Amino acid sequence: MKFVVNITLKTGVLDPQGLAIKNSLSTLGFKNINKVKQGKLVEIDIDEDDSIKAKTTIAKMCEELLTNTVIEDYEITEK
Amino acid sequence: MKAAVIIFPGSNCDRDLALAFEKVTGTKTKLIWHKDTEIPKDIDIIGLPGGFSFGDYLRVGAIAAQSPICKSLVKFANSGGYVLGICNGFQILTETKILPGALIRNQGLKYICSEIELTVENNNTAFTHGFQNKQNIKLPIAHHDGNYFASKETIKSLANNNCIAFKYIKNPNGSVCNIAGILSRNKRVLGMMPHPERFNDENLGGTDGGLIFGAIDSMLS
Repeated sequence: MKFVVNITLKTGVLDPQGLAIKNSLSTLGFKNINKVKQGKLVEIDIDEDDSIKAKTTIAKMCEELLTNTVIEDYEITEK
Repeated sequence: MKAAVIIFPGSNCDRDLALAFEKVTGTKTKLIWHKDTEIPKDIDIIGLPGGFSFGDYLRVGAIAAQSPICKSLVKFANSGGYVLGICNGFQILTETKILPGALIRNQGLKYICSEIELTVENNNTAFTHGFQNKQNIKLPIAHHDGNYFASKETIKSLANNNCIAFKYIKNPNGSVCNIAGILSRNKRVLGMMPHPERFNDENLGGTDGGLIFGAIDSMLS
């Protein structure tokens, strides 16, 4: 089964990269942007048939390595 | 005092740190490879060096924090061992949760390499008793991810428990409350972004860093 983990900075954590992208987009003429947030995407192909079990395992991966829950949130979706 | 330095793939300040310890101890610093699993029993303090362990992949310090040696490091720290983490070493200390918070990308997005001024916020520790309280000191910084972040509650708890060791006088990277270095609750673990091992000789530009190593040695010997 394939899953995608979307990792984003928690609200309130400074996102200088998102801000730099927003500024760059506005110099390109995209003036109507309110906010840009940059995150990470991790694709995981896991040898498991049970979607719930797989998600539980991936959530454990997120807690132990893939994310730092002090600064990041994550969302797991099946691909 | 017997010091050890843990080396990760991508560490690049390990020899400087080992030499800074040797200058005060007069004995060879034990070098520990990240794949080792045991910390020798006679070690009094462990240094985590600066650098770019595992290429800073995923997050700074995240993969190093999962190295085999780090399980022993956590046990060492939790049982009252002394640990000094500098730059990438500080990042690894937060990723192992030995110290709270996280280090994120500098506010200005640029890698900063310069000399900065700090104030000593707590001089009642093994690392800082060579300074006066609120003394201004000068140390070099060299980092891309030195922006210290923690929740408001964590910052409050750090402040209330005298766990803030150093603050920047002019904040270079966006760190909350100008924090440059923090201590564990028992004051035996210090994580800091500035590099004291690079300022321990006049010929290197300064000696304020050497006072930290001298303080550690006089406390632990």
